[in-house]
Amino acid sequence: MTTTALAALVPLLPFLGAAAGLLLGRTAPGFVRPLAVLPPLASLVLAALVAVRQGGGQAVDAHTELTPTGSVPIELALHIDGFAALVAILVAFVATCVQIYSTGYLRDDPRYPSYAALVSLFTSAMLLVVYSGDLIVLLVGWEVMGICSYFLVGHYWETPEARAASLKAFLVTKLGDVPFLIGLFALATDAGSFRVTRVLGAVASGDLHHPTLIALLLLAGVAGKSAQFPLHTWLPDAMAGPTPVSALIHAATMVAAGVYFIARLLPVFEASSAAMVVLAVMAAVTMTGSGLAALAQDDIKRVLAYSTIGQLGYMTGALAVGDRGAAVFHLLSHGAFKALLFLAAGVIIHAAGTNSLAAMSRMRGLRDRVPDAYWTMTVALLALAAIPPFSGFFSKESVLGAAEHVVTGSTDHAPGAAGWIVLVAGLFTALLTAAYATRLWLLAFRGRGAEAPDHGRQPLTMTVVLWVLAVPSLAFGGLAYRSLPGWFDGRDLTPTLLTSILSTGLALVGGLLAYGAWQRTSALSARVPAAPAPSFEWERLQGEAAAHPEGDASLVEAHALAGHGPAYRDLVRTADPGRLLLGPLYRPAAAGFHLDAVYAALFVRPVQAAASLVRFLDSAVVDTYVRGAAALPRLLGAAVRRAQTGNVQTYVSALLAGTVVLAVAVVLVAAGA
Amino acid sequence: MHLAYPAVLSALLFCTGLYGVLARRNAILVLMSVELMLNAVNLNLVAFDVWLSRAAQETLHSGQALTLFTIAIAAAEIGIGLAIVLAVYRNRGTSDIDKLRDTAEGPETGGPDSSEAEKAEATA
Repeated sequence: MTTTALAALVPLLPFLGAAAGLLLGRTAPGFVRPLAVLPPLASLVLAALVAVRQGGGQAVDAHTELTPTGSVPIELALHIDGFAALVAILVAFVATCVQIYSTGYLRDDPRYPSYAALVSLFTSAMLLVVYSGDLIVLLVGWEVMGICSYFLVGHYWETPEARAASLKAFLVTKLGDVPFLIGLFALATDAGSFRVTRVLGAVASGDLHHPTLIALLLLAGVAGKSAQFPLHTWLPDAMAGPTPVSALIHAATMVAAGVYFIARLLPVFEASSAAMVVLAVMAAVTMTGSGLAALAQDDIKRVLAYSTIGQLGYMTGALAVGDRGAAVFHLLSHGAFKALLFLAAGVIIHAAGTNSLAAMSRMRGLRDRVPDAYWTMTVALLALAAIPPFSGFFSKESVLGAAEHVVTGSTDHAPGAAGWIVLVAGLFTALLTAAYATRLWLLAFRGRGAEAPDHGRQPLTMTVVLWVLAVPSLAFGGLAYRSLPGWFDGRDLTPTLLTSILSTGLALVGGLLAYGAWQRTSALSARVPAAPAPSFEWERLQGEAAAHPEGDASLVEAHALAGHGPAYRDLVRTADPGRLLLGPLYRPAAAGFHLDAVYAALFVRPVQAAASLVRFLDSAVVDTYVRGAAALPRLLGAAVRRAQTGNVQTYVSALLAGTVVLAVAVVLVAAGA
Repeated sequence: MHLAYPAVLSALLFCTGLYGVLARRNAILVLMSVELMLNAVNLNLVAFDVWLSRAAQETLHSGQALTLFTIAIAAAEIGIGLAIVLAVYRNRGTSDIDKLRDTAEGPETGGPDSSEAEKAEATA
């Protein structure tokens, strides 16, 4: 088979798997698991094959026009360069891991068939985005991902949090998608084609007339999809979905799409230095803000969600300094360790019966209950904190190195201001990242208090996946940074000495600070016996979780989700190193800097007021005319109704009278003529 | 025989029937009056057919043939009509047309027996 045919099969197989899963889910439950796992696995093999054949050399291009579509043609096109080939492998790999993990995690879930089918559809849409060489076809995958994330985040739709979160995810990403669509049209109008290759050609020959406008419009869509400030608010709330879905969204699909899109069209953004500075500021605000917020979160999944936002900030930062090789390198290594973090967090939540870090810090011996999750999560957190030689170190260094290149003026791809912004924010975020990673690890695994509840052994499918993902988290960066430039632009990705020392030093400082703060707070809480005892609510939650020792993991998570509010309120006063580190910033950071409240005041309430105004206009003004128009016919009808007496003989009399009148009239007319 | 005799007779018959339809209360008498009107028309048909066919060389006597049709159909119609009256009487205990006013416009229109009343009306 040709490479093109293989590449076309890569997104097609999960799509067919999803269709078959949706059709057969009810009638043939035995087929659901194979249909969920095998298509992504086959896609992974095919994507690897495509990558081997492409080999980082000349990009594979193929296109066919199904039907003429007016002024600017829309074609089914493939454009597979080194970026696309490698990102597709990551997507298929993470999707396969998530599907295998889900067979264990949601084994007793009644909605598993539709869930698995939607995950497959999600994967297929992302693979379409990755391989597509036509911007409109890319947009199709982009939007399919939006609707899939809506369904999957709302998987536990019995809980109000999940319903609200799924709607929020959909609406916020759509808010970015509208400018994105307009931006695509503007880009295609200037370039005369939706094909990626032609657009890049047009940029190279300077045919783009409004680069800043186009770049900013596209940036809005990317900010929504990749959860960048100011459209990031949906991602922490999206934690209401099942943990494997979070892993999928955060590691491989959805949020990666935005970064990948900029990487693919980077010359369009580079054409406008204003857009690059905006991108850099966006990345910097996202990085630092999410780092601070992650330090104050209590829900383990929300910590990870904010860390995803921060790591995506690194990627956009790398793009802002014009190095897409570094951005996609970080995307790949982040995909591996973030998927691992979420899947391990799912195991921990299952074992602890809660997703509150404060509750976990009151449990002794949680790590002995889940040794696999403990070790793999340690690896992933070290990768997240960018400690050498874990893979996160190399990819993060490549980002900071790229920023340093721009600062020292050795490249002319990006404005120097962008380089400074990204470098300073990146170094500060390295400190924050290490601090919250340490805090998460200490609170989850070094808890003191009652013995952790025993939920039995985790299913093999779940633990094996963790170790499979631990391998790239550990070794991918170190092994790949020499060979990756051949796949990418050829820019060197080797860590530079200065930034390596700076960022590793800062990471160590951050980790030590968090450790010191933890030591102090736990010593304080040990000395003061007045620490609030676990309340009734919390005991009840524990009891409920312990009541299903053999229960399905997702069931435990749904319980934890429902009980998190009260548990959080009661336990927030317990020892938290984040509180000591952040000081007065702790409360706003825990609430995500009240951005949701600001949006509620700025957008939600005006829209609701406008809606009630429209409702008033409709019911009081428009309806009055409608009712008035109906009044006259009703009056006439009432007059005619009087004649209906029900007496047949009256009717016949009227008939006779009418006949006589007609007959006389005819006779008179005939006589007159 | 002059045409005036049967014409006058049929006019008298028709008027009698019309009076019966408009003024009688008993549904059976109303039906009988309808038959009177029908037969007045029959008489007219036969009489005028004979009068018209006197001048013609060849005639199909379509007036008289139509009379036979009318008689046959009237027989069927009176059968159905009487059956309906019987059903109404069994349901309501009366066949007084003045009391069968279910189709009247008012707060209580329509009921379980309105269909029979409609049929009775159609027959009348």
